[in-house]
Amino acid sequence: MNPFSSGTRLRDMIRAIRACKTAAEERAVVRKECAAIRASINEDDQDYRHRNLAKLMFIQILGYPTHFGQMECLKLIASAGFPEKRIGYLGLMLLLDERQEVLMLVTNSLKQDLNHSNQYIVGLALCALGNICSAEMARDLSPEVERLLQFRDPNIRKKAALCSIRIIKKVPDLAENFINCAASLLKEKHHGVLITGVQLCADLCKVSSEALEYFRKKCTEGLVRTLRDIVNSPYSPEYDTSGITDPYLHIRLLKLLRILGQGDADASDRMTDILAQVATKTESNKNAGNAILYECVETIMSIEDDGGLRVLAINILGKFLSNRDNNIRYVALNMLMRATTLDAQAVQRHRATILDCVKDSDASIRKRALELLYLLVNENNVKPLIKELIEYLEVSDQEFKGDLTAKICSLVEKFSSEKIWYIDQMLKVLSEAGNFVKDEVWHALIFVISNASDLHGYTVRALYRAFLTSTEQETLVRVAVWCIGEYGDMLVNNVGMLDIEDPITVTECDAVDAVEVAIKRHTSDLTTKAMALIALLKLSSRFPSSSERIKGIIVQNKGNLVLELQQRSIEFNRILQKHQKIRSALVERMPVLDEATFSGRRAGSLPTAISTSSGAPSNLPNGIAKPATAPIPDLLDLSSDDVPAPSSSGGDFPQDLLGVDLSPTLAPSGAGKPPKASTDVLLDLLSIGTYLPVQTGSSAADILSSSQDDKALASLSSLSANATSPVNAAPMMDLLDGHGPGPQKPKENGQAYQSLVAYESSSLRVMFNFSKQPGSPQTTLIQATFTNLSSNVYNDFLFQAAVPKFLQLHLDPASSNTLPASGDGSITQNLKVTNSQHGKLLVMRVRIAYKTNNKDVLEERQINNFPQNL
Amino acid sequence: MIHFVLLISRQGKVRLTKWYSPYSQKERTKVIRELGGVILNRGPKLCNFVDWRGFKVVYKRYASLYFCMCIDQDDNELEVLEIIHHFVEILDRYFGSVCELDLIFNFHKAYYILDELLLAGELQESSKKTVARLIAAQDSLVETAKEQASSISNIIAQATK
Repeated sequence: MNPFSSGTRLRDMIRAIRACKTAAEERAVVRKECAAIRASINEDDQDYRHRNLAKLMFIQILGYPTHFGQMECLKLIASAGFPEKRIGYLGLMLLLDERQEVLMLVTNSLKQDLNHSNQYIVGLALCALGNICSAEMARDLSPEVERLLQFRDPNIRKKAALCSIRIIKKVPDLAENFINCAASLLKEKHHGVLITGVQLCADLCKVSSEALEYFRKKCTEGLVRTLRDIVNSPYSPEYDTSGITDPYLHIRLLKLLRILGQGDADASDRMTDILAQVATKTESNKNAGNAILYECVETIMSIEDDGGLRVLAINILGKFLSNRDNNIRYVALNMLMRATTLDAQAVQRHRATILDCVKDSDASIRKRALELLYLLVNENNVKPLIKELIEYLEVSDQEFKGDLTAKICSLVEKFSSEKIWYIDQMLKVLSEAGNFVKDEVWHALIFVISNASDLHGYTVRALYRAFLTSTEQETLVRVAVWCIGEYGDMLVNNVGMLDIEDPITVTECDAVDAVEVAIKRHTSDLTTKAMALIALLKLSSRFPSSSERIKGIIVQNKGNLVLELQQRSIEFNRILQKHQKIRSALVERMPVLDEATFSGRRAGSLPTAISTSSGAPSNLPNGIAKPATAPIPDLLDLSSDDVPAPSSSGGDFPQDLLGVDLSPTLAPSGAGKPPKASTDVLLDLLSIGTYLPVQTGSSAADILSSSQDDKALASLSSLSANATSPVNAAPMMDLLDGHGPGPQKPKENGQAYQSLVAYESSSLRVMFNFSKQPGSPQTTLIQATFTNLSSNVYNDFLFQAAVPKFLQLHLDPASSNTLPASGDGSITQNLKVTNSQHGKLLVMRVRIAYKTNNKDVLEERQINNFPQNL
Repeated sequence: MIHFVLLISRQGKVRLTKWYSPYSQKERTKVIRELGGVILNRGPKLCNFVDWRGFKVVYKRYASLYFCMCIDQDDNELEVLEIIHHFVEILDRYFGSVCELDLIFNFHKAYYILDELLLAGELQESSKKTVARLIAAQDSLVETAKEQASSISNIIAQATK
């Protein structure tokens, strides 16, 4: 024996490791063992290879690296004896996975072993193949496995069947080779073979519609018979599980029947009897029986409609739901979730029980129940349910509050037809769990508040009250501070008092106090403090008498260590001191936000600093330049928690203040905005009939000119159509142009690009039209046009896009969020892409979400086929 | 499909892992740490299922050991509980009232049994007797090979004496 190899046996090593008192000690032992094993491997020590690998496996389970032992597995597999192969294959499955290239080296040994005369060695090889084979190996060894499906010993056949599952999952093309063999496995008597054969058929159906058709036609009858036999079979000790013969086989048969019955009335019809029998006869006092019932219910729900069976199924779920066993309740909730799409009415009957489950002590059950309840909420029951949920919010666990809050907010927003109700509920949520409320949710709340002009007074008073009782919830403080700033006068003067309100007396001093509390509260973060400063500035104009006091508070923050707050304080202080005249104009109430703009912004990438054209300062309405520019865009953006206001954001300010829709102004003024009408010249040519002749003429001119001199056209594009055509267009175009200049003349700035069908599915088409601005070749303007190809209207349509780092993307709001059915109108949305590595191909990942028939649909796609030179 | 099987002791020590879907070593460590934290902290009367990263983990505690199996969303949780029990019963029969120490010192045997029970993440055999028979047959193959090897070495030893 060589002096370096470790003499310790596996058992001794395990003892030594277990004797370790600290992790460091354990590491030391493992290190020593690993060193010895490596030495032994280098010696190519055959006697201890077996033992070394066993040790390595143990070390691997403990989580230490063992890659150096991978080759040892291969060597052991290649040796002749069964014991070596057995441990070698075990090591292979433990130490390697399908992604390691070393695995390829084993293909040959596997092939030999699959053809070995000893059936146990064949079994080992099949096991390894089934557990870790890669796609390449699957392809190489598939013929062997196919052959083994007919092996004489059933234990090999069952292994081969499961191995085939792995193969067809890795290489779906191979599925058709297995269809016939799989079908013949269904006729077997051996349970192991039957179970695996049924499983193989189910997986074949998933990857191949051909297989599905085949099994549906040829095997449904036989499967029903097999299921009947097993259901009615007498007691057999070998397969008995708490009084039921082979529940695993039951479940697999039911699963396959489900796949065959789905979408096929004929096949469904053939299995109804046996399903009814299983649903009524199965004992439900043991887990095994419940597992079968659960599977049976799912099959009943999935196959083609049979009213009677469905009632049976829903009743079983009802029974499950009232079961004392948590496991059974969990699966009941799980299944009811699927049942909501089939029979919402029946599920609604269990609403009270489900609501109880939301309050369960078990996190898994709570989560399921909440998801289910979320689906059950409708116009009629939303108010009591939300009331219950909000009450529960007060007492729920901290970990659950996040989920619960998100769901409540989403529901309240979804059913927010009554604004006062929406505001009330949101205030409750904010006071209970404001720290769990996401930014976009409270942004949306502010948006709704500012739009509900008749509720301003009510809201600000309610917020003030809530604020007095709880200042712990960050988002509540923010919304309250914002509203007090905006509507402080209404708070003090009790403007817009509603009948339901209790009268409240708030002095100007109280209002300022509240904001001061917010700013001094040490838990307030930067955003809250910044918002409080703005509120103070606003209040200084609303309450002239408190002006001095407010100034005092602002001055206190002049020395703030946070640059953002310091800057704001200094700027505001200047306004208060030097610009009394314009102050009131500056801090007027925020204009009501346009709904489309808001939802567009919410959807699109909210840019931290919108880059707008230069020359904005000259547009300032009242001659104030720098000081006020920083905070005011923030008022709208509500995201001041980032960098100190970038100077370029000054451009936003006048537009925002004036309530101008941002979308058209975003395109730099020098270039003019991209044409609203489709610039796809080819499309225009084809649709001559539907367009004005004038327009056809001008786009035709563009076609011609784009092949000639693009720049000339670009420079002239700002001229009128009359001026353009004589220069570029052929005389024929003059004829057309003679009818008068088109009102919608598309401007081709720069090159013409072929438009692109960026995405097309059975339900939706997205076209991209490209244009460039002269002088900035890196920037591409994309007009996306969405067309609905289905016969249902899409609501809440939302387009999102993401690009890699070398690109910059800006999304303008979409023209609408409702997409009419069957191509009857479209939504357009402008995108601006700046390519920092001009010349590199664009890529974009898009995600489109919409609602149709009350169902959320999400489509995603990567777009790689952009034209070059964008 | 079962994506992986984990056996974790009450102290959070891993006793057996089997991965039917590819997870890198790093991911495996992370999965074990994450799930160990979730499962070991759950109370005794709660349900045996945990939602985890879009999958479901079914676990059951037997004495000091937690048996966990990760399955797809649409798999039958109750059946997996039954499979876990099936596995435990086979182990019990093989070792003769199995305990954690059996699984530590004979981890490879536990693996051999698991390999006769599950393959490619699917159940392979519903009969405990068949599994026991197959394992016994293979064990005896190993024994015979060992005996042969020792008798050959005896012969050589005697011949060279």
